[in-house]
Amino acid sequence: MVDGKKQWKAWLYLLPVIILTLVFTVWPIINTVRIAFLDDYTLMDDVGGMEFSVGVHNFEKVVNNPEFLTCLKNTLLLTVITVPISTFLALLIAVCLNSIKALNRLLQTIYFLPYVTNTIAIGIVFSTMFSMVGTGFGGENPYISTAGIINNIIGIFGIEPVNWVNTGSTYWANMFVMIVYIVWNALPFKILILLGGLQSVNKQYYDAAKVDGTGRVRTFFRITVPMLSPMLAYVVITGFIGGFKEYSSVVGVFTEDMGPPDKQGALNTMVGFINHNLMSGSPREGIASAGAILLFIIIFAVTMLNMYVSKKRVHY
Amino acid sequence: MKVVLKELTKIFPGRTKKAPEVIAVNKFDFEIPDGKLVGLLGPSGCGKSTTLYMICGLQKPSSGKIFFGEDDVTDLSPENRGVGLVFQNYALYPHMTVKQNILFPLQNFKGADRLTKAEMLERAYNVAKLVQIDDLMDRKPSELSGGQQQRVAIARALVKMPRVLLLDEPLSNLDARLRLQTREEIKRIQRETGITTVFVTHDQEEAMSISDIIVVMKLGVVQQIDKPQNVYDDPVNLFVAKFLGTPPINVFEGNVTEGKLYIGEDCVLDVDGVEDQEVFIGIRPEGFIYDESGPFHCSLRNVEVMGRDVSIVSTNESSLNPIIRSIVDADNKIDVSAEKVSFSLKPHKVFIFNKETEERIRFGKDPEQAPKTESKEE
Repeated sequence: MVDGKKQWKAWLYLLPVIILTLVFTVWPIINTVRIAFLDDYTLMDDVGGMEFSVGVHNFEKVVNNPEFLTCLKNTLLLTVITVPISTFLALLIAVCLNSIKALNRLLQTIYFLPYVTNTIAIGIVFSTMFSMVGTGFGGENPYISTAGIINNIIGIFGIEPVNWVNTGSTYWANMFVMIVYIVWNALPFKILILLGGLQSVNKQYYDAAKVDGTGRVRTFFRITVPMLSPMLAYVVITGFIGGFKEYSSVVGVFTEDMGPPDKQGALNTMVGFINHNLMSGSPREGIASAGAILLFIIIFAVTMLNMYVSKKRVHY
Repeated sequence: MKVVLKELTKIFPGRTKKAPEVIAVNKFDFEIPDGKLVGLLGPSGCGKSTTLYMICGLQKPSSGKIFFGEDDVTDLSPENRGVGLVFQNYALYPHMTVKQNILFPLQNFKGADRLTKAEMLERAYNVAKLVQIDDLMDRKPSELSGGQQQRVAIARALVKMPRVLLLDEPLSNLDARLRLQTREEIKRIQRETGITTVFVTHDQEEAMSISDIIVVMKLGVVQQIDKPQNVYDDPVNLFVAKFLGTPPINVFEGNVTEGKLYIGEDCVLDVDGVEDQEVFIGIRPEGFIYDESGPFHCSLRNVEVMGRDVSIVSTNESSLNPIIRSIVDADNKIDVSAEKVSFSLKPHKVFIFNKETEERIRFGKDPEQAPKTESKEE
């Protein structure tokens, strides 16, 4: 403990962070809650000193908005599908990386690259890879000049070109691209955490298992996975939170249209919904705020559920 | 099951290409008789753990053979050898209960060896009773004391009825009191099961107290293999003499001239048949007799009374240790205020060693001192 006389110094050093946090985090949160519960709120009226009646109008508008329901569905689907897939793949890759010696560093770097690359840039690359070039997509006789690299690759196996992201593409084709993209983008962080966990597992547990003649599969499920359970819980919980905040990935692939050219907003997400309402200006601030609070409640509830489950399953 | 080691050698390559390779174990030849408790003893880096891990199969020998009974197990993997290993820090699976830990090896059995659930439980409870942890079966390892964890680790190693039980520094993680208790326990369990057991320790007291046979190692080379008392009473070289015994042996520089052993000016002992030469002299603390007219003179530092015995602390210019500790009977009336103290010596507690090779030079007609050709077990 710092003694009384010196405490003001400690506070002084902390002051910049405290002020910034108050201004840019604490106040916006309070203000969001305030705006969400003010009926027919507009910024101009607020500045003008008008009184608003307190109510849940904004929430009613949000939940009755078909656009919001699309966003909710997209967000839930993306999260529920990508988190298990990416966690499983990350675990698999981490175990493989941990068990090889040659090229270990190089491979670790390769797997880590998406983490340090710009999300939008990756999105553009993805949309290009999945894109077809030509005209008349969605019509009767589209003209395809090139089917795109992904279609060319699957063409080797005799599969017909799929319209992934262009005009006339189906919802699930779009979703598939997003799932691949999000999983791939989520891998490096998860691999990093799990690899760190694997490397901190005492080798003697494996020696003990070996002496006892434990098979590889059994060793993995009875020793490796339980030993990794704190890290697994961590990547799953942060994965869910990240999934509910998904936005820039969709922008990366589909631009701010949030969908293929003929179906704008088809792949919009919760954060996208909040953003669009904010950007379209007054009088939508109330709806954006209510959406943000609903998103918070969902994330909070899912995280609590995760924590509850992990309490029973995780061995610290 | 007897365990035979034939010219067992382990060489670790140097860490870099230029670094020299390390010979961890050098041509270890030994036959561990069936049902005996053998202690591998030596300072750290002497190759004792490497030897244990080679017997276990977790490390492959560079050359040499290992036999369990008549079976050559050198190239078998650990799980096919039928060994039970207790790790230094026990390596109990922290996420499993005691019961699950003990059952774990049994659940690995395949094919014809596969046991039913009831058989597994029965065996687990039997072995738990043997090590007296049957009332802790539903606890997690973190809820157990060090001694209890140790027992669980032994139970887990024993439950699959191994041909050989291996213990790596079994007592080093326990406090002093528990150590005494646990070593008796290990001895008892070993006797009751009759499993050939090898354990590794750097603690000579531990090795002496429970082993049937001890193997003293230094830098990968076996120094002496014998019953604990024989190794103590009849060390083959200075290293072994210094390594065993608490308090440690007192070592002096001296010489042999015309059949007499000199420490400094004092002619302390007749050593018939030894050529004139410079020697190291080792005298066990209990080898001193408090004797005012004795031939060996030292400067008295202080006297520590320990009830039954008296420990006389003195100094001598020829001593290689900073102090000489001699333990004499408490009946001796020692003049604490005197500056000098004189001793006569018990010949069988005095060992002389060649100054160059540090090998033992035997002398006299005393049976302990009489030259032996074979110092191996029985």
